[in-house]
This record gives sequence, C-alpha cells and structure tokens, in this order.
Amino acid sequence: MERPLRLIPTEVTPAAELARTLEALLVVASQPLPVAELSAAAQAAAAEIEQALEVLGERFAEGSSGIVLEHVAGGYAFRASAAATEACARLFEKPVEKGLSQAALETLAIVAYLGPVTRPEITRIRGVNVDGVIAGLAERGLIAEGGRENEFGAIRYRTTPLFERIFGLESLAALPRVDDLGDDVAQIRERLETVAEKRPA
Amino acid sequence: MLAVRELELDLDAFEGPFDLLLSLVLREELPLQEVDLAEIIIAFVEHLDGRGELDLDACGEFLVLISALLELKARAMFPEEEAELAELEPEEAAEELARRLAEYRRAKEAANWLRERLDDRRDLFFRIGPAPLAPKAERKLAQQDPEKLAGALRLLAVEPPEPSTGHMALRFPPVSQFLDRWRTLLRRRARFDFDQEVAGLSRVEIAVAFLALLELRKQNEIAIAQAAPFAPIRISRADAERSLSWNVRSA
Repeated sequence: MERPLRLIPTEVTPAAELARTLEALLVVASQPLPVAELSAAAQAAAAEIEQALEVLGERFAEGSSGIVLEHVAGGYAFRASAAATEACARLFEKPVEKGLSQAALETLAIVAYLGPVTRPEITRIRGVNVDGVIAGLAERGLIAEGGRENEFGAIRYRTTPLFERIFGLESLAALPRVDDLGDDVAQIRERLETVAEKRPA
Repeated sequence: MLAVRELELDLDAFEGPFDLLLSLVLREELPLQEVDLAEIIIAFVEHLDGRGELDLDACGEFLVLISALLELKARAMFPEEEAELAELEPEEAAEELARRLAEYRRAKEAANWLRERLDDRRDLFFRIGPAPLAPKAERKLAQQDPEKLAGALRLLAVEPPEPSTGHMALRFPPVSQFLDRWRTLLRRRARFDFDQEVAGLSRVEIAVAFLALLELRKQNEIAIAQAAPFAPIRISRADAERSLSWNVRSA
C-alpha cells in the first residue's frame, strides 16, 4: 500500500493558528490595531494576543522580513522594511509628512504637548497667526478638532493617531518630557527676577 | 519660510545667528546692554529686502522676539522708570516674559525633536488610509402586521389639496364700471382732473379707469388735454370743449 510522503507537518497548534489570524487582520488593516480590537476580532484573550504578537514580532523583524511589525499609535501595524525603502520610494509617495515647515512642526509640537488646545492659545505661544498652519495640519490629517472650549466655544485641536503613526510614537506619552526640552522656566524666571531686583525700590 | 532664528548677525558685541544671541542673552552670558538692537532690526530688514518678498510669518516672529529683547533691555537699562513702562507689576511682567520665552523655546525644542524623529522614519513606508468598514450590527425587528404598513401608506396616499392660486390672479374691474362713473360725473361737471378722481385707487383700477377715458374719447364724448408730459390730465365734455373753443374764437 502506498502512502503519500509528508514532509511538512500539517498539524497547527492553536497558538500558531492565532498568530496566522493576527497576520491576516494586520494585513487588511490600514491603521494600527490595538490589542483590544485584535482580541475581539480573533476571539482570543488579550494575554494570548500579546503572546502571539511577540511571535509575530520576531518573525516580522527588520533584517529577516520585507514586512516589519511595529508597535505604534496605540496599536500594532505592518510596515515595509527599511531595506525596501528605495523600491518603495519609486512607487509610493509620502504625502502626509512631505514638506512640513518649521512653523508647522512648532505648531504640531504645541498641539501634541498641550492638546486639546485652541487656536488663540497656540497663537499666543508662537507669537504669530497660525490659521494657515492649523488648516494645513488638519488637511494632512495630523491634527483634528477635539471639542470646544467651554467659555467662548473656541475649537480645540488635538493630534491624531496618524500623527503618532507618522512620527513612530507608541502614544503621546512617548514624547520627551517637557522638562527635558529647552530652558527651564524657573531658571529663566530666576534670571529675570535678578534683573528686576537690581531696580531700586 | 524665512527662518528668523537663523538670521546671521554681525554686531560689535556679537557675531553669529540670532538664535545663539537669544540663548546667550537668556543665559546671561551676553549683557543685553552691550547689544545694539537697532542693528539687529536693520539686519533683519536688509535680509527681508534682499528676499524681495514680504514674509508676514517671519515678520511676526521677529517682532515677538525683538520686542521681548527690547523689553528686557529696557528693564536692565532704566530700572527706575520701569514701573511706568508696564501696567503689570515688574515682578509679574518679568515672570510673564520668562514664561513666554520659555514656552516658546520649549515649542521650538519639541519641534526639533519631531523633526529628528521624522528624519529617522523618512525611509519607512506603511499603509495609511481609512480603515475598512466594520460590518454593520444586525438589527432584529419585531414581527409587524402588514395591515399596519398599508394603513400608514393609505394616510400618505390621500390626494393633497389643490394649491390655491388666488393670490396670483389680477382683479380687473370691468371697463364699463368706469364708463358709467365718468358719464355720471360729466353729467354733473363739465370738466374734471383725472388724477384727483382716481386718487386712492389701485394701480390696476387706475389703468382700467384710463382705458374707460380712451373709450369715451373714441366715441367723441369727451376731450382730453394735458399741458405737458406728466402734467395733470384734464377731461372735459366734448360739447363743453366745443362751446369753449367757440367762445375763444368769438372773443
């Protein structure tokens, strides 16, 4: 009696099955998927999802695959490997981040740190009119309206998940601490106060 | 955009970018009293002129920075007169100024951090776009009686009332009505003034009244006279006119 020769084991463990399901979900998604969504779609516990994601992270890693799994914008997503950059650049554009001006980045930084924040508040910090910059950032999808201020009903702006994706942030918490940026306000105040104190009473 | 903070300065006390000058001043490594702020303004204006176009953003930014510097310098140079310079208490003003400068510097530093971050990811491609639509939740409806639907439709199937066009119709009084009126009038008076007689009537009525006059004129019952365009129209009995003309001729 002749039996077919089996070189590849056909049995699939439940963990491997779950990993395949997650792969499938991630390849369809065009935005990062949070663990909760993966869990609901794959009908598996969050802990199992995270285990499976770890397996996928090793498989889809820079250097071993053209597709790389990244933890970004509060979820998980596939991206092209850095090695494939040149080929990708021949075929695709990067319209969201293309030509972001210094003014746009400063405004974006203010919204990211202080958001939800109103236009007048941004204007006060930057010292110039930001209407055009705000409109441009909203058009790129990096910021969006996020409610209104109670007192005068001014629109508040916040950064979008796309902002986190473009800048490769797991969340807004991944931004550097405010204290690590620029001069310390207390330090500057101290110096100015020293100047003020020189004034005779 | 013109980067104000990259503006190259060549002053007596300082040589380098505006940005560095700001940093040195804030760190008190460069006494502001020794810096000629007018020179900075001239450098900026020349730079602006060299570009041949007005960059309002850059001008605004420059204005904020230079005014902050001017205020700082004024405080340092004229400490006694300072109280008159600002509405705020000097300590408050200094604090506000420091807060604003620090806030601005932080925003700038954060922007630099974002720029570096962006440069790191410049080479990475990924799919962006709206998420595929989630399946719609199935809605279970309670069993319904088809007769109920028919009843609801029947209510809608009633013929709507004919729209009224009454407001659109112009009401023309019959010409005969005015023929009678003028004849009655002429029996009493030999002549009358048209405008006076139709005062208070509607436009349409006046028009019909005038048509009646023309009708009477055609039948040679009256004479119509008008001294000049838009002057009052005078109407007289045809026989009265004749007798008048006769009188005139006989005079």
